[in-house]
Amino acid sequence: MPDKPKIGFYWCASCGGCEESVVDLAEDILMVTGAVDIVFWPVAMDFKKSDVEKMDDGSILATMVNGAIRTSEQEEMARLIRRKSKIVIAYGSCAHLGGIPSLANEFEKAEILKYIYSDAPSVINKEETYPLTEFKHNGRYVTLPVFRNIVRTLDQVIDVDYYLPGCPPTPKLLKQAVLTLLSGELPPKGAVLAPDYALCEECPRKKTKPDNVSFTQFVKPHMMLIDKEKCLLAQGVICMGPATRAGCEALCINGNMPCSGCFGPTSRVKDQGAKILSSICSNIEAKSEDEIDTLLNGIPDPVGTFYRYGLAASLLRKKIQEGK
Amino acid sequence: MYSTNGNNIPRIGFYICHCGHNIASIVDVVEVQKYAATLPGVTVSRDYKYMCSDPGQELIQQDIKEHNLNRIVVASCSPLLHEHTFRLAAEKAGLNPYYFHMVNVRENVSWVHDNKEQATEKAKDLARAAIKRVFFHKPLEKKTVQIKPDVLIVGGGIAGIHSALTIANAGKHVYLVEREPTIGGHMAMFDKTFPTLDCAACILTPKMSAVKSHPNITLWTYSEVEKIDGFVGNYKATIKRKPRYVNEELCVGCLDCIEACIYKEAKYPDEFNLGLSKRKPIYIPFPQATPQVVLFDPETCIDFKSHRCKKTCIEACERNAIDLKQTAKFEEIEVGTVIISTGFKTYDPKLSPQYGYGKLPNVYTSLEIERLVNASGPTAGEVVTRDGKKPESVGIIHCVGSRDEKSNKWCSRVCCMYSLKLAHLIKEHTGAEVYNFYIDMRTPGKGYEEFYDKFMNEGVHFIRGRVAEVTDWALVPEEENKLTIRVEDTLIGVVRRIPVDMVVLSVGLEPREDASEIRRMFNISCSSEGFFLERHPKLAPVNTFTDGIFIAGACQGPKDIPDTVAQAGAAAEALSLISAGKIELEPNTAQVIEKYCSGCKSCIPLCPYTAISFKEDIKKAYINEALCKGCGTCVAACPSGSITQNMFEDEQIFSEIEGLLKFAGIELEEKEVEHA
Amino acid sequence: MLSSDKKWEPRIIAFFCNWCTYTAADLAGVSRLKYAPNVRVIRVMCSGRVDPQFILHVFASGADGVLIGGCHPGDCHYSEGNYKMLRRFMLLKRMLKKMGIEEDRCRLEWISAAEGEKVKSVINDMVEKVRKLGPLGIPKRISKIDKEIKIIEKEINPEEAVEHA
Repeated sequence: MPDKPKIGFYWCASCGGCEESVVDLAEDILMVTGAVDIVFWPVAMDFKKSDVEKMDDGSILATMVNGAIRTSEQEEMARLIRRKSKIVIAYGSCAHLGGIPSLANEFEKAEILKYIYSDAPSVINKEETYPLTEFKHNGRYVTLPVFRNIVRTLDQVIDVDYYLPGCPPTPKLLKQAVLTLLSGELPPKGAVLAPDYALCEECPRKKTKPDNVSFTQFVKPHMMLIDKEKCLLAQGVICMGPATRAGCEALCINGNMPCSGCFGPTSRVKDQGAKILSSICSNIEAKSEDEIDTLLNGIPDPVGTFYRYGLAASLLRKKIQEGK
Repeated sequence: MYSTNGNNIPRIGFYICHCGHNIASIVDVVEVQKYAATLPGVTVSRDYKYMCSDPGQELIQQDIKEHNLNRIVVASCSPLLHEHTFRLAAEKAGLNPYYFHMVNVRENVSWVHDNKEQATEKAKDLARAAIKRVFFHKPLEKKTVQIKPDVLIVGGGIAGIHSALTIANAGKHVYLVEREPTIGGHMAMFDKTFPTLDCAACILTPKMSAVKSHPNITLWTYSEVEKIDGFVGNYKATIKRKPRYVNEELCVGCLDCIEACIYKEAKYPDEFNLGLSKRKPIYIPFPQATPQVVLFDPETCIDFKSHRCKKTCIEACERNAIDLKQTAKFEEIEVGTVIISTGFKTYDPKLSPQYGYGKLPNVYTSLEIERLVNASGPTAGEVVTRDGKKPESVGIIHCVGSRDEKSNKWCSRVCCMYSLKLAHLIKEHTGAEVYNFYIDMRTPGKGYEEFYDKFMNEGVHFIRGRVAEVTDWALVPEEENKLTIRVEDTLIGVVRRIPVDMVVLSVGLEPREDASEIRRMFNISCSSEGFFLERHPKLAPVNTFTDGIFIAGACQGPKDIPDTVAQAGAAAEALSLISAGKIELEPNTAQVIEKYCSGCKSCIPLCPYTAISFKEDIKKAYINEALCKGCGTCVAACPSGSITQNMFEDEQIFSEIEGLLKFAGIELEEKEVEHA
Repeated sequence: MLSSDKKWEPRIIAFFCNWCTYTAADLAGVSRLKYAPNVRVIRVMCSGRVDPQFILHVFASGADGVLIGGCHPGDCHYSEGNYKMLRRFMLLKRMLKKMGIEEDRCRLEWISAAEGEKVKSVINDMVEKVRKLGPLGIPKRISKIDKEIKIIEKEINPEEAVEHA
């Protein structure tokens, strides 16, 4: 019996939701496990790094890596996986675009550590103990991974073949991706394994969007009772749908919440946040600077709104530190 | 390395122009040329004295053939000047003209910088950006639009009249729209014209009646352009015809109604005579008014105010032409070209209070004197002061509202000449002593200096100096009951006080109050002083930046009659478009990539030309290319990047940005890092 | 020659609309007005074509400032493209501030075809303001930060070095 193709799963800086989405395949997981051997999946099964190191280079058909890259350990693992896998798939928003963890790029590393270990209201740390990457105890060195200065997408660290977008990717997309891999008919390198048009195309509320949306106010979802039938933008709620790749079948909108952009931009867009900003602002009704300014107060956190899942992959990548 | 057009690997020809010394004296063109030769894709790199000359263009054409070039970059002057020239050159050699890109190293570099090293660096950056950009250029087809043969002329002064006749005589139809009840403009108010001193009416009125009777001219007076849409060759205009309360078709201008008006005496200030005479509520602006149609002033007519007039005017009109219930009519017309000849206004001398206009009764504007010396004017040509006396001495003050930091900085060009003319006419009519107070005498023009010479010998006094004030405060008995002009005579260096009976202020020419609204309506520009801006002061003096819209006459800047008539060459420009029948437009339109459009409708309200619509059947946006004018606003706003714009594609602009910023500093820094 | 050998000069990229500001820059040229040589102009048909992505890309590619020039409000050749730019600009500025990019580095100016003098004064003023702020140098900053992964990359597997633009 010929060996079944080998598949791996790994996680870096992520919440675990992506792993969960694999389990969400439900009975389809049997199809997957029937067709492939899962050789590496630390979340679900007991594998050691040394097990992977022992494998031949390129012996894994594909590894799906979820999570952004923040530590030296994640970098190391990413590189190891790269070496052992023919195909590396950035799985989910964090590996694809940086995800929620990359919102940390709005802050400096020192600021983050200071908050976590000193300033957070729940912390008492009189000795000002901070994590050390190397610590000598009883004559032995204990090491911790290095916390990097910036959150990176997977492809900012290693070469990535495909991207499976979403926070998390839907089981349907995962299943499709696995089938594609097994079929051997691979898409061009660098492809995002989801449709290349924006979410509005598959949004159930598409028909309710007016021809002239003309924004006169912006409201956050908790500030009003959202009409369950009507386009969210038409209600003044910032919805990232027009600037976000389709493929999720409008899950959030079906839950009466606006799209927050987890599938990232289409292939023609370099910067998702800049594009939604351009589209929304162009359609503001006000003309005078004062009126526009007042209206814009309805979007108090533009970075967090427009780059919720993609700050690491954005053109600027991180906040500029003052000074040179 | 680069994505190109199919198998079409870029073979770029780069050319930098010396422009004589214009570019080469500041930019080291040879260095730029050598640098460009090292850039990827560049097959040929040359510098040449004058790229726009025939040999320069031939150089490009020869290289295209010899070296099989498929991209051309020329670094020379502004693309607004010669982009067309080089595109044509490329096209002649068989290359699609849109594979060409132009770099502006003259207006943007050599003319505005004086540090040679920095200017050369900048030129290199710009060249590199263009070379990177042309990798992404695509062959495009020019868009051709038909030119509708009809012409709209806005403003019926001498410029509009002359243009209208020129075009009508060429067999094309003209709509001449005039705001006032009659055509003729300022020229109709003048008595004689310089330097020939022929009577203005004698040369103007035949033209006015020719306009009225010309089969190819539709004359709409007392009318205004309400709205204009469209683009070159295909403008749609709405003309508002204000109610005269008189049927224009029926009125024959017999003026019986005026005679019959319930007001036996005229008691309202007459606009045409600048308030120097009176008219009735029903009136005709002046005897030769064209058309010869009376009109009502609803502000003063009793019937409009109280509805209790006996309406003797209606009884008097045999042709039943009076219609007091008339309302504004709107005419919709389609024209291919527009000539704007809205003229000027004169400076309001009340804004220079030192001259006493409006306070001292015998201070007049030059335009008022034009009416006073006119045989058909309020005094039948008698020059008298407001108290009816013949003046024994008259002072003419030049440059009122011209060449003055406090009012208008520009020279109004016509005042010296018309002041000389008025000096002569006043002297002729009254025998008074006439003093001209001038800063400089400006008499450029054929026969103009001779005109000046003649009057110097006629005994007109010339005093060089800007007048400080005009006052009725007498210091000596000779100044009693006179106006005293206080001035420093700069030729003899003495402050003089000259008592006169009458003061004439030679007011300058200004843009009309509503020039700004006209400009916006027709989508043209104004220069800083507010006159309409021509496309090029020398090469395209009657063209504007909007194709198919031309300007003629003093709306473009102060002009005398000969120059104004010459400017009606705008007519020739319009005719040349009409006889070509079509015009090629830049193919810089936008398109929706249908398979990628999600139908989010973000773009639809952004288009000012309603070129974007929503296709209900496929639920996607669609751009009507014929309506798109290529601003690119929708492209920038499409949230999924599904609209592209020819000539300004995202890739092209991104590559231009990268080209501009790939300077040594960054590249070296990266290498350093790698070796660290 | 290393960039550090040369005195740092601000690099500013400008997007000028064809009808007003680009024409004004031509007028400045024809009038031989002298101004700072630090600005490189990209011509677009309308300020409405300026995609916020362009502005971010300019910063990310190493410029120290971005200047956008359009027609005065009400004067846009395409009727309202400049208003669309204004609205984008106002939110973009708030966003840039949050991302640590100083206000003076991104500027929107209305310059009509007649205002050659304004081209000069705006450019000179902006160059001076950016000069005071010093270099932004995003590519440099990023490559400096990326050194941290390059080191481990070499320790683990030198041949897998990924190029970072």
